[in-house]
Amino acid sequence: MFESSVMIAAENGFHTRPASIFVKAAKAYQSEISVISGEKSANGKSLFKLQTLGLSKGTTITIRADGPDAEQAVSALSELVETIED
Amino acid sequence: MTYIEPLSGIPCSPGVSIARALVIGDDDIVINPTPIEDGAVEEEIARFHAARDAALSQVRAISDHLALSGKVEQQAIFEGHLVLLEDEELEHDVLALIRQSHYRSEQAIHEAIESYAKMVSDLDDPYLRERATDCRDIGARLIRNVLGVQTFDLGSIAEDTILVARDFTPSQTAQISLEHVKGLISELGGRTSHSAIMARSLELPAIVGVKNATLHIRSGDLIALDVEHNQIWVRPDAARLADIRAVQRQYALQREKWQALRDLPALTRDGHRVELCANIGTVRDADSAQANGAEGIGLYRTEFLFMDRPTLPGEEEQYLEYSAIARAMSGKAVIVRTMDIGGDKELPCLDFPKELNPFLGWRAIRIFFDRPDIMLPQLRAILRASAHGPLRIMFPMVAAVEEFRALKAQVCALKDELRADGVPFDEAIPLGVMIETPAAAVLARFLAREVDFFSIGTNDLTQYTLAVDRGNEQIARMYQPLSPAVLGLIQQVIDASHAAGKWTGMCGELAGDERATALLVGMGLDEFSMSAIALPRIKAIVRSLDYEAARQLAVQVRECATLEEVEDRLQAFARQNSGASEAYE
Repeated sequence: MFESSVMIAAENGFHTRPASIFVKAAKAYQSEISVISGEKSANGKSLFKLQTLGLSKGTTITIRADGPDAEQAVSALSELVETIED
Repeated sequence: MTYIEPLSGIPCSPGVSIARALVIGDDDIVINPTPIEDGAVEEEIARFHAARDAALSQVRAISDHLALSGKVEQQAIFEGHLVLLEDEELEHDVLALIRQSHYRSEQAIHEAIESYAKMVSDLDDPYLRERATDCRDIGARLIRNVLGVQTFDLGSIAEDTILVARDFTPSQTAQISLEHVKGLISELGGRTSHSAIMARSLELPAIVGVKNATLHIRSGDLIALDVEHNQIWVRPDAARLADIRAVQRQYALQREKWQALRDLPALTRDGHRVELCANIGTVRDADSAQANGAEGIGLYRTEFLFMDRPTLPGEEEQYLEYSAIARAMSGKAVIVRTMDIGGDKELPCLDFPKELNPFLGWRAIRIFFDRPDIMLPQLRAILRASAHGPLRIMFPMVAAVEEFRALKAQVCALKDELRADGVPFDEAIPLGVMIETPAAAVLARFLAREVDFFSIGTNDLTQYTLAVDRGNEQIARMYQPLSPAVLGLIQQVIDASHAAGKWTGMCGELAGDERATALLVGMGLDEFSMSAIALPRIKAIVRSLDYEAARQLAVQVRECATLEEVEDRLQAFARQNSGASEAYE
């Protein structure tokens, strides 16, 4: 299992557009992927669940992956979160 | 029937339109609560999958269509919808409800979608909260496909129409053809709802939040939608219709003139520049500030965050709100006034003592000093939000230099705290005083050495200087911001700030009062802040002025002993100036 903490950079937070880019990227990995914010956690491959977390700009999230490609998944997805600006 | 009184709501996209109504109902969805038989589970699941496939191909078609017509922004919404339709958690939840509770597909979808939508609409961030509409839009589409109900195709509208609905979904607004759709009216939604954002981007006149609009309006009714006055006339009579047509023509003319000025600076004919800003109460007002060409926010009244609620807003909630405003103004400066509660504004979340003279009582920073649990979270939230855009802090009701020093010390201590915690903020955030007590005006030359700016709150400055309660009707005529006593103090404040190399703005009603514009420019006022809607008119006046002439006007007015003399001078100048500026045009 791998995990990493990153800050949401998207100007208006993780609304539909940036979150769907994230979900599409997450689906490319076999590992189970979760996104954790405060006490809430959501399936990183579900746009519905991600939207319930309310990820505003500046929120720090933990991306956790469990599976054969966990390490690549965490590093690629972390980079993605830090670079999506809107 | 004909309504004598117009309907109204939240004006969210300006303009005036007259056309027939088309009411889009959402009553064509009936959810059957009868459970399915044990043996029918697999069949029901197949029904869901078939509906989902159909929905996917519809949304793909819309997305492709938008891509072809170059509507990239709208297309992105539907790309998101595709991801939502294929969502594995949604599928999992729906199938579980079918298998375990024996729900029909439509009920299972409704149930699953509502549980997400509720969680999303409870979020603190106002922008993310509105995304609940996307969830429900997807739900409605899936259910329509399960039931075999056609999704209404707005592309097929062939005559001029004002659309009326409980709420517009993104798929509906994206299909709107501007050729025939002339306006939007909805029962739900605020200024940041999908319908509102879309209406503004399409420049369609729109009023949202109109209670019971779909009950009062029938398809085919003639509607006069006057967003300028926040009025919706249903089946107006001939006289009313003529009135609205006049408003419509007037609006079109004004708009042309103002539109041309929007991005031009507020510059006098001889090159003296002032700054024109907007007063706002919530993040929702930021768009209209931008649309009317505001160069910044001269007064953001934070007390709206504290009103109508049983508990005080926490630091986090305030931080989100202030950051949202900083971002919405995209790099333009925002003056955040710390909460100005007390006086005529009481709060359910604060235990207010009964006071004989509330305007002379426990108010604004006076509450701050007694209640660090209110002061510190607000100041911290503003400081943190300053990482997202240029914010300035302004303290209301200052009456002594030592008060400002104490507040500044608090800000410095909080900065140390944030720095130690590695929290980003603007180190150089300017601190200013709202000049609204005569004491602050008299002390302006001392305050000017310590502040970064002043902003004159003329409403209270007038009331305190003239000792006239502005809420008391019996003496209402004595409430005169143009009184030589008030003008004298204003001049003193402006001069004191300039002598110390600082600037002075004005955020009271007087700043947006066209009678006073020439005088205030001449007095050397640097920034004018007013309701967004007043901006274009004041800018037009500034641009018609000659600064040298305005300065002479100010010198003459300084010699006026009575209100009448001041008013006569201003009128004479206005007559002269309108002649001069016409010649100039």
